[in-house]
Amino acid sequence: MTQTQNGSGPALHVEGLWKIFGPNGDKIIKSADAQLPRKELQEKTGHVVGIRDVSFDVAPGEVFVVMGLSGSGKSTLVRLLTRLIEPTAGKVELYGEDITAMNDKALLETRRTKVSMVFQHFGLLPHRKVIDNIAFGLEVRGEGRGARRNRAQEMVDLVGLSGYENNYPDQLSGGKQQRFGLARALAADPEVLMFDEPFSALDPLIRRDMQNEVIRLHKEVGKTMVFITHDLSEALKLGDRILIMRDGEIVQIGAPDEVVGAPADDYVRDFTSEVPKSHVLTLKWVMRDPDGTEATDAPVLQADQIVRDAARVVLDYDGPCRVERGGDLVGIVDDEDILRVVVAEEASA
Amino acid sequence: MSVVAAPPVVSSKEEQPYVDPERNRHTGYKLLAILMVWLVLWLALRGHQTRELGLQDKTGFHDWLNEVRDWVQLHGADNWFFGGVLGGIADFFNAVFEFIQKLVSVGAFPRPVPEIGWLGVVALATWATYAAAGLRATLLVVFSLLAFGVTGLWSPSMDTLIITLFSVLLCIIVGLPVGVLMARRDRVSAAITPLLDAMQTMPSFVYLLPMALFFGIGAACAVAITVVYALPPLIRITEHGIRSVPETTVEAARSMGMTQRQLLWQVQLPMARRTIVVGINQSTMAALSMAVIAAFVAGPGLGPLVNSGLQNQNVGVAAVPGLAIVLMAIMLDRTTTAASERTSKGGGIASVSGPGVMLAGVVLERLPRWATEDAGKGEKRPRLTAAGRSSLLAVLLIPVLVAVWLSRYTLSLAEFPDVSNTPVLKYLDGASLAQDINDFTDWLVPAVDTFTLALKDDVSNWLLNPLQSLLADSPWWVMAGVLIAFAWTVGGWRPAVVTVLCEAVIFGTGLWNDSMVTLTMTIVATLLTMLVALVIGVAMGRNRRVDVITRPFLDAFQTIPPFVYLVPALALFGVGRFTAIVAAIAYAAPIATKLVADGIRGVSPTTVEAARASGSTAWQMITKVQLPMARQALVLATNQGLLYVLSMVVIGGTVGGGSLGYIVYSGFTQDPLFGKGLAAGIAITAIGIMLDRIARSAAARHGR
Ligand SMILES: Nc1ncnc2c1ncn2[C@@H]1O[C@H](COP(=O)(O)OP(=O)(O)OP(=O)(O)O)[C@@H](O)[C@H]1O
Ligand SMILES: [Mg+2]
Repeated sequence: MTQTQNGSGPALHVEGLWKIFGPNGDKIIKSADAQLPRKELQEKTGHVVGIRDVSFDVAPGEVFVVMGLSGSGKSTLVRLLTRLIEPTAGKVELYGEDITAMNDKALLETRRTKVSMVFQHFGLLPHRKVIDNIAFGLEVRGEGRGARRNRAQEMVDLVGLSGYENNYPDQLSGGKQQRFGLARALAADPEVLMFDEPFSALDPLIRRDMQNEVIRLHKEVGKTMVFITHDLSEALKLGDRILIMRDGEIVQIGAPDEVVGAPADDYVRDFTSEVPKSHVLTLKWVMRDPDGTEATDAPVLQADQIVRDAARVVLDYDGPCRVERGGDLVGIVDDEDILRVVVAEEASA
Repeated sequence: MSVVAAPPVVSSKEEQPYVDPERNRHTGYKLLAILMVWLVLWLALRGHQTRELGLQDKTGFHDWLNEVRDWVQLHGADNWFFGGVLGGIADFFNAVFEFIQKLVSVGAFPRPVPEIGWLGVVALATWATYAAAGLRATLLVVFSLLAFGVTGLWSPSMDTLIITLFSVLLCIIVGLPVGVLMARRDRVSAAITPLLDAMQTMPSFVYLLPMALFFGIGAACAVAITVVYALPPLIRITEHGIRSVPETTVEAARSMGMTQRQLLWQVQLPMARRTIVVGINQSTMAALSMAVIAAFVAGPGLGPLVNSGLQNQNVGVAAVPGLAIVLMAIMLDRTTTAASERTSKGGGIASVSGPGVMLAGVVLERLPRWATEDAGKGEKRPRLTAAGRSSLLAVLLIPVLVAVWLSRYTLSLAEFPDVSNTPVLKYLDGASLAQDINDFTDWLVPAVDTFTLALKDDVSNWLLNPLQSLLADSPWWVMAGVLIAFAWTVGGWRPAVVTVLCEAVIFGTGLWNDSMVTLTMTIVATLLTMLVALVIGVAMGRNRRVDVITRPFLDAFQTIPPFVYLVPALALFGVGRFTAIVAAIAYAAPIATKLVADGIRGVSPTTVEAARASGSTAWQMITKVQLPMARQALVLATNQGLLYVLSMVVIGGTVGGGSLGYIVYSGFTQDPLFGKGLAAGIAITAIGIMLDRIARSAAARHGR
């Protein structure tokens, strides 16, 4: 599509992004007050720091999850990315295009064609049938009636809800509404999809369905995704990488196993303490350095294999197994290493 | 564009202003102290410096106002503003009115009959109502129009209808854009809202004299007054409708890259449509009530007929056009309601939930049930497709046009025939109806008169007279001090300052004593209104069944234009202050009752359950849980009640209510008293603002 996409640059590049809520945000950011902790700043000036000096990159095709407790600034962050909220400072680039420097027209164009959002409360218009809701984005950018109908119908089929397209949103369950929310976001064929806690209003079973749906769609359409959630298991399940936020700041960015295996601080550790580690950690996190006790004919496992999947093999074999990466021996695991993870889990459960 | 206006910093719970619990307790003692001082001063100084003024006496201010009027009448035509701008508007209004009048209501020279006879009008109205509002509303419209004709009120009914509908049309043309603009620009909203507040605090009666000065008397003035009066609710509700489109929806729309214009036309307006139609409904009802009162500035229609009946104390003669007005009110209300039920296309309108629409800081009760509860659910699908409907309407247009054509060339179809000699229908003729109503009244009044007279005497002797003596016989400066102290005690320094200003205005009008009499009547009527509202409202709030049975009656009462209430009140209680009070209660009680009921109903069920679990009796539940928790609603009900009562007490001046209302009325009827009437209007406005401010501050302070 765009020439920038051909390069190996990131899909999304965020640099030094700030948001200070309040009438004089741009003055405060230049003063020393900006360094105050959130609470003190609020007491002193009445301004709230929404996002403080956040930088990260998202690779094309990646599922990038942002998580944090309520009020940590997740929603503010995604909205800054398309300037639904104006940043106080910093830069956002989408495939090399500087969103923060765009004029109104270019910004509208970006929202119409390059980025789509899925909202917690679905954001469907109650006075339109769902099919018209899906076609709405296309209508806004001026596509013809026939074309947008076809495209909308395709999307309905894609999310597996053919037959419901002529209902009005409030005649459908939350789960179905959100599927249509997804379909609407996909209809514009955007480069990046953004989700703001899309499933937190749904009940657990439906939520699981929807997560699988996202995984499936990601496989099928391969879009770059920025996914906000406050649910760690959702983050671990979907994310290629996870950004953990607190009070508007980044605490840690890493792959799921990194976040669980090497939490940056107590905040993250607290978060991850409930997670079944054997489901997340790879052998890399449990293996020991080779000490010569490993037999040459011992079973070979890969370093990025999930502990749970490797457990059977290790437990069945008497003695340490070999862990390799790219054909090289990088470590060994025996029953004890595996059990340490599994038993610790039992104890904490 | 996408700049998100930063809302005021949300203060957490701990940061909310600390309310000293001691404060409320002291209020009672302070009020008692004020009362004691007042009583002592009253005993010592009663009858001195009361600033009483005989009806025919005038002050310099009144004379000056008369001179202003004389100047306007003499030179206005040459003035660019009076003659140019206002004169132009008046000419336009008159021209439109007369044009439509010739079309449907009076002979269009050289024709002895209107261009379109009654049959044509009925056919056209039927068709239009059917297209916009469905079958049931259509039946009601046909019935109403025929009833106007049979009772011999065709022409005046048409005139009232023309004024009402023309005014509503103007309101929509002006009000919709203003409301939309206010919703989208906070600054515009901040600038216009106080103006709307002021307009809505002013009792309708007060508009009359100044507008007569600006527009001269007659149809143009009636239209102008009606527009001014019916505009604020439409603007307010439009703004509310647009603003209450959920933030999440607006955000989703923006995330898709909508321009502001697309946002307005494709999201905000469609979602607010139903609310806006509610606004049109409210505006229509306000317009009708004002179009009737415009009788006092020689506005044509049913109003003058009611008024002349009242002035001759002929209940029957006043009641027949009065009933026609009620019928018209029901017809307009049902039609606009039905139209709005249709406007929602399937989708629910999430926008009109919430506590209700604020009007002049006064809650216009909860929006009608149909506007909120059934939003989008179980919605009836039209049996016809859109195309089928249009072709049906097109086909139906043929008989309509035939009827119009016939009504142009057949006399009996052009002018509603006199039915006084027709069998059956002759009983429905206006004159015989009036006679029947008089017979009925003559039978009824003696039958209930022991009760009504006792009520009248008791209230007069125990409440009205003592209070009036206390307020009106105290020296003016004592009263002024008492009111300021009262405002200070219940509301703080803000309402106290407003009170001082309003008192200065009242004093300046030279009508201090009459103002105190009007204030007395307002207070008494409000007390009684709240008594009624509490009894019925609590019963409704606690018991669904009572609510279901009572509410339709309250709804019906609320659609009746205030002026009409005078008719039954006059029949039962004769000429006098008490009649005005009764009419005021009847007018104000329904809305106050609904507010109380909603307040009681709004008390959280868990709290009620908890109280029940700890063994409260029903009485304890009401007095210790439900009423205290519904305090905000009670204060609002009182506030709303006060304004309704004031506006009615003033109109009641025309049936012997005396004081300010009667002075305004005399301003219409007696030339030399014009200025004094105008001054009385100013005094009434000052009273209204004063009471409203005090009640609102009290609500803010005690209503948490
Ligand atoms: N318009 C605003 N004005 C002032 N403060 C705001 C505004 N919007 C958000 N905030 C504050 O910024 C902080 C971050 O809010 P945000 O909505 O981004 O949190 P979140 O992580 O999405 O939380 P949640 O999980 O509850 O959705 C909060 O403390 C919030 O109070
Ligand atoms: Mg959020």
